[in-house]
Amino acid sequence: MATKTDVSMSTCIDSYGSAIGMPQLCTDWASNQIFWLVVTLVAIFFVLSRLALPRISAVISERQGTITNDLAAAENLKSEAVQAEEAYKKALEDARLEASKIIESAKSEIKQELDVAIKKADADIAVKASASEEAIAVIRKDALANVKLVAKDITSELVKVLGGKVDSKSLTSVINAKMKG
Amino acid sequence: MEGDIVQMGAYIGAGLACTGMGGAAVGVGHVVGNFISGALRNPSAAAGQTATMFIGIAFAEALGIFSFLVALLLMFAV
Amino acid sequence: MASSGDSKGEGLVFHPMDQFIVEPLFGAGPVHWYTVTNVTLWMGLSVLALILIMVVGTSKRALVPSRAQSIGELAYGFVHKMVEDVAGKDAVPYFPYIMTLFMFIVLSNFLGLLPMSFTTTSHIAVTAVMAMVVFLSVTIIGFAKNGVGFLSLFWISSAPLALRPALALIEIISYFVRPVSHSIRLAGNMMAGHAVIKVFAAFAGVALISPLSVVAITAMYALETLVSFIQAYVFAILTCVYLKDALHPHH
Repeated sequence: MATKTDVSMSTCIDSYGSAIGMPQLCTDWASNQIFWLVVTLVAIFFVLSRLALPRISAVISERQGTITNDLAAAENLKSEAVQAEEAYKKALEDARLEASKIIESAKSEIKQELDVAIKKADADIAVKASASEEAIAVIRKDALANVKLVAKDITSELVKVLGGKVDSKSLTSVINAKMKG
Repeated sequence: MEGDIVQMGAYIGAGLACTGMGGAAVGVGHVVGNFISGALRNPSAAAGQTATMFIGIAFAEALGIFSFLVALLLMFAV
Repeated sequence: MASSGDSKGEGLVFHPMDQFIVEPLFGAGPVHWYTVTNVTLWMGLSVLALILIMVVGTSKRALVPSRAQSIGELAYGFVHKMVEDVAGKDAVPYFPYIMTLFMFIVLSNFLGLLPMSFTTTSHIAVTAVMAMVVFLSVTIIGFAKNGVGFLSLFWISSAPLALRPALALIEIISYFVRPVSHSIRLAGNMMAGHAVIKVFAAFAGVALISPLSVVAITAMYALETLVSFIQAYVFAILTCVYLKDALHPHH
């Protein structure tokens, strides 16, 4: 505090500018303080109630509304995502089912075709086998007949060479008997 | 001489009045201590009772402030 | 200290109360009720700080608040919740008045923490006016809302009948002590803290103990920062409690 020599300034300040006793108890200053306090409080009240408080409460409620909206939107998106996932799972399941069905039908088709082919092949084989057997039988018969002829020829030649007389009838019967035997 | 004795008495009285502040300290400590021991038992209920604690502190402290005021008045106003 | 004029300029000088002197800002002379004094300056600064925080800071109305706007919103939410929780839902119309008191006290307390500043709330004349305003308005609200039923605040129906007159006397006394404790609490806290800091500061004149003094001032300053806020909070919350008594006098 600057030294003040004006003693008449106040009864609460000594000649050196220091306080006498408690400045809080100096009644000289009370009216000044009360006046400015009232002015200040009225100013603060009007600034708050006219400008600050409505603005802040509007901002806060607006923010609250935005938050609520955003939360609701997020909830919607979440349920949509869940639905999409379910649809995807269902599609996957369906596809799997379809695939197994297709595999099953292909398998049975192939089996049927195979059966048909096998049957056809069997029939072919049977036909060919019987034809072969017939051919074999013919050949055998021919061979037999040839054998008989050859045998007859050889026998008759042999007999001729030996100076016999060939009795064709008995020769045939002999040969037949030999062949059977 | 007489004035000096009065002043001495006032100063002694001011010093004695300061013991009241110790009482306020004990009171505030009691309030806060009990609040904390309760809050540790049931932390979920503590947040709602903070205001009550401050009211309790204010009442306990007010009496200490009175003794402080008495001390100041004895020193400066008497 | 009352006669500290003798020791002016020698050794340790304690003038812890000089910081509370009210003096005219321009020139010297007697302090009239209209004189522009340091009271005017620091109260005006508190109004300026209020406008900066609550009006300029929130002028963008941003959805995502800036720092200044969050301070304003924090203060709003803090006091609003306090009024709602302590005084009840029907006390919300009185919220601007409590907000006015709270903001003035908290800003004055913090401005008073600046070095070389003047703490307006450390003067009993200031706090007593606020406490008397609260006391009178609460009493008027109580009688206006409840009529004679407001007197049931003093007649505790849950107590035994024989005790009720004695309790009523105690209640009435405590009711009328309210403005005293309400104002002295704030002024006393502010004055005590600032005076203690000044006393510690005076000890710094001795080189040997000046480091200790600096540490002590720092610690006291931290405590005072806390006290500045808590006292504003306590003033507002007690106003809410008194308001609740006025709105719901039945125990």
